[in-house]
Amino acid sequence: MSPFVPDFDFQRVFIAPWARDLASFGWIALMGFFVTAACGLVGNFLVLRRMALVGDAISHSVLPGMAVAFILSQSRGTLPMFLGALVAGIVATVLIELIHKKSRVKQDAAIGIAFTSLFALGVILINLYAGKGGVDLDQECVLYGEIAFVPLEPMVVFAGQTLGPIPVVRMALVALVTALLIVLFYKELLVSSFDPALAVSLGISATVVHYALMGWLSVVVVSAFESVGAILVIAMLILPAATATFLSRRLPVMLGLTILHAALSAVLGVHLAVWLDCSSAGAMVVAGTALFCAAWVFNPTDGLLYRWFRERLKAPAVHPG
Amino acid sequence: MPSPENKVATDNPGSDISLEIHDLTVAYHKKPVLWGIDLVVPRGKLVGIVGPNGAGKSTLIKAAMGLLPISSGWVKVFGEPVKKNLTRIGYVPQRESVDWDFPVSVMDVVLMGRYGHLGLLRRPSKQDRDIARECLDKVKMLPYANRQISNLSGGQQQRVFLARALAQESDLYFMDEPFAGVDAATEAAIVELLHELKSRGKTLMVVHHDLPTARRYFDSLLLLNMRVVAFGPTDQVFTHDLLQSTYGGRLTILSEVAEAVRAKE
Repeated sequence: MSPFVPDFDFQRVFIAPWARDLASFGWIALMGFFVTAACGLVGNFLVLRRMALVGDAISHSVLPGMAVAFILSQSRGTLPMFLGALVAGIVATVLIELIHKKSRVKQDAAIGIAFTSLFALGVILINLYAGKGGVDLDQECVLYGEIAFVPLEPMVVFAGQTLGPIPVVRMALVALVTALLIVLFYKELLVSSFDPALAVSLGISATVVHYALMGWLSVVVVSAFESVGAILVIAMLILPAATATFLSRRLPVMLGLTILHAALSAVLGVHLAVWLDCSSAGAMVVAGTALFCAAWVFNPTDGLLYRWFRERLKAPAVHPG
Repeated sequence: MPSPENKVATDNPGSDISLEIHDLTVAYHKKPVLWGIDLVVPRGKLVGIVGPNGAGKSTLIKAAMGLLPISSGWVKVFGEPVKKNLTRIGYVPQRESVDWDFPVSVMDVVLMGRYGHLGLLRRPSKQDRDIARECLDKVKMLPYANRQISNLSGGQQQRVFLARALAQESDLYFMDEPFAGVDAATEAAIVELLHELKSRGKTLMVVHHDLPTARRYFDSLLLLNMRVVAFGPTDQVFTHDLLQSTYGGRLTILSEVAEAVRAKE
């Protein structure tokens, strides 16, 4: 019996959470699902546009925006935080473009410069202003939220019905709006990602689509951050889309697979977290990565396993003896 | 005494001129790439744009479509600024400019040609799909409609781009090296398609880098090297002196030019 890995007890890991603690585990799994689904849907377009790391950058850049919003409004209310993050996300996008276009610095370096300096600015702003007057806003609570506390948040009651904890309801709305925006602006997103020059010649501004995508990314990131932390958000911007890439070559199908990946990662993550008694967000990312690896190895069109078998079967014919 | 072009312009303002460029200058990082371009292209012309590497051929068509910021001058399409006539312009970008591993089907790509005719929030209708299918049929790619685009050969990719341009149902087409890296059958199909479009009164501006074939494919040539060296009917423009001043003292190219001119005589 290893002291590092707890015993695997099927009853404890898979049955007990749902039988005994449905309320808390249910909300954690749902929260994980909504975060992963929203991030995954937006992430598909980031991966297609080869901007996967821009997601990482934006997620760090929202800090100064939230700090400024906090200083101006003196509250940690949802609306000021959202607006602050939105503005910061767009400022980060402009900054990256500016450095990259107006100097000889390449885009990857421009991303590195923009987000580290904005993040540092956020840390300084929080040190200077937020600590005073006994108000709590610190970089830890922005970047390292804990999904396990989600069930403890106050419940939203709407028309006499208890809907769920505030962060879960908020995230559900964000995920829903994300899906809706993708459905409504599918053709603009598609053509500007595939062939931006054609998009512009058709009268669809690739620049507007770019900033809109970055702006919405900031909204998704900030609504997830406070309650689940950075690791889940940043990982799930890339993992579901990358996994879907192995399983389909049709964007609508990939978007659907992203949502499936989100559901599986969330549920498997909860069980993994119960088994290992570890951070749920971390466990969800590990579960998502496991799904990614499974898709990589086992997918039927160009999976590693399939290719290995094919070469094994072909080999004797090509090299007799 | 007015020149023939002026006469056409004043008799029938705007309608017989598909593309008019005046004093166009384009610069990258403050270094001019195109300088003082003046050009009037009447309707129904099949124009080959030729010139050495770095002459600004692609830049010219991109600037004409408003894809690049211009330093000075103006461009009019059918007598109006480009932005007002976007649906009358079709575009075939260089094949390498897009990621052919993108998760879309051949049909999806051709349908993009219809987007300019759809408003915001509107999806392609059955009619748009029918048009896309017809266009695919015209380039003999209909059997591939549901293929993922990464499974196509270079020639097939180019045909898909042409089908997409046809689906735009435009009057003025800009094509960037449609003949680059395609098989002989596709090359013949493209030539046939260009002539068919021209016979239907469409204007085509085609960037081309192969001199010997340029003479056969196009009835007008635009010799370009940062400036317009010459623009006119192929048999008047495809001369040793004009080609030499387009390609400058580049020895390897000059010998090709000499060969091309010999082939003509």
